[in-house]
Amino acid sequence: MGVKKTDIVLLDENGIRCDGRKINEPRRIMIKAGVLKNANGSAYIEFGENKILAGVFGPRDVHPKHLANTDRGILRCRYHMQPFSVGERKNPAPSRREIEISKVIKEALEPALMLENFPRTVVDVFIEILQADGGSRCAALDAAAVALADAGIPMRDMVSACAAGKVADTIVLDINNEEDQEGQADMPVAYMPNLGKVTLIQLDGVLTPQEYEKCVNTALEGCKLVYEVQKKALQEKFFGDDAK
Amino acid sequence: MDDVKRKYVIPGDVITTGPYRAEENVHLHGDKIIATTVGISEIYDSGVRVIPLTGMYIPRIDDFIIGIVKSHTSLSWELNINSCYAGILPAQDVFGRDFNPKVDDLTSRLKTGDLIAARVANSDRSRDPLITIADRDLGKIEDGELLKISPSKVPRLIGKRGSMIQTIESATKAIITIGQNGYVVVSGEEPEGLLKAIEAIKTVEEQAHVPNLTERIQQMLGSNSE
Repeated sequence: MGVKKTDIVLLDENGIRCDGRKINEPRRIMIKAGVLKNANGSAYIEFGENKILAGVFGPRDVHPKHLANTDRGILRCRYHMQPFSVGERKNPAPSRREIEISKVIKEALEPALMLENFPRTVVDVFIEILQADGGSRCAALDAAAVALADAGIPMRDMVSACAAGKVADTIVLDINNEEDQEGQADMPVAYMPNLGKVTLIQLDGVLTPQEYEKCVNTALEGCKLVYEVQKKALQEKFFGDDAK
Repeated sequence: MDDVKRKYVIPGDVITTGPYRAEENVHLHGDKIIATTVGISEIYDSGVRVIPLTGMYIPRIDDFIIGIVKSHTSLSWELNINSCYAGILPAQDVFGRDFNPKVDDLTSRLKTGDLIAARVANSDRSRDPLITIADRDLGKIEDGELLKISPSKVPRLIGKRGSMIQTIESATKAIITIGQNGYVVVSGEEPEGLLKAIEAIKTVEEQAHVPNLTERIQQMLGSNSE
């Protein structure tokens, strides 16, 4: 996107990255479940500098009706960036990128949801990016999964997502915005931690087979870290101090 | 029932492995039994289930529910039953066998917004749940205050063998009708008792996870009346 090469050091000789993290250290993650009153389920996530709000409605009647499936429920997903979420004002109309991310998030959540229990209904997931940093699709997915659990929609497993990538010829966990633009590869992965299944894997960049494998494993480790935070968010909301 | 093992779970948590029956809100993956919703898991005898702490009401045959009339066609009413599906109350149920859509006007009996105590007659995947009022104590609710609580907290409001609801009713002299779908109607002669009952129900909903809640409510209602 016409990014100028800057002279930031992505990885110094001590293995410290541009924002002071180690190679396999994720950014700070904070999730809060049940932040919206009017939605059936909701969650707010801060993933590094990402600030994302997710709201879930449903299962509910499908409008327009022709979209309804008599055999199972359907899932609709909207990933949307606020005009103030990025440096230069973003046109609030859905861009090509947002439409694509909505689609991949929908497809990453679908395997976890037991929509076959709710024929002729829809589950709507609305994701608003309030502030964007690198890796917003993963953070959005994490928030959406917590919001779905908060809404009480039956799920086979949680979905946890985290990215990994290649920066300065090294595989690192959780790519931030600078590393995304200057780095060599970016790989977002979504994972169902208890079932051990991957629901989303994308790769932007070139990796050798060995690097690819290492990158996937690094991302999966990240997903497991995210899962613990998601778990804590739900326990805090529903069990309060009782949770052991 | 003494050796029931309880645990807080979130979706994806493995409750147990082994030869158990997977009952409500769990699914079987290999030999693992996994929770599908946020709630409290129970292992008893040979079965495993999760009591949900969130989620919508899912109609089940024979459930006692409270519905709100949403609209009507020439043959049936549509009820809001706090679920993802609308409840269908056929006109024959109200008018009797000799119902004639040409003569009988559905709005003469039930209007939009009316409350109905009803039972789920049939509910399956293929159609919207069928509701009936053809039984004792069922039919239009004439007066009372409607409260909406989470359907997952209905068992807590009723309490063990109705202990919670009896506590509230006897302390406030209000009559409380609880639908399985989370709609509760409170009625009574004394306005003060009514308000106290409403407050008690709201407290139960907020503190559903607190142990010894019945005693707390007893204290709350007792101290208020002094």
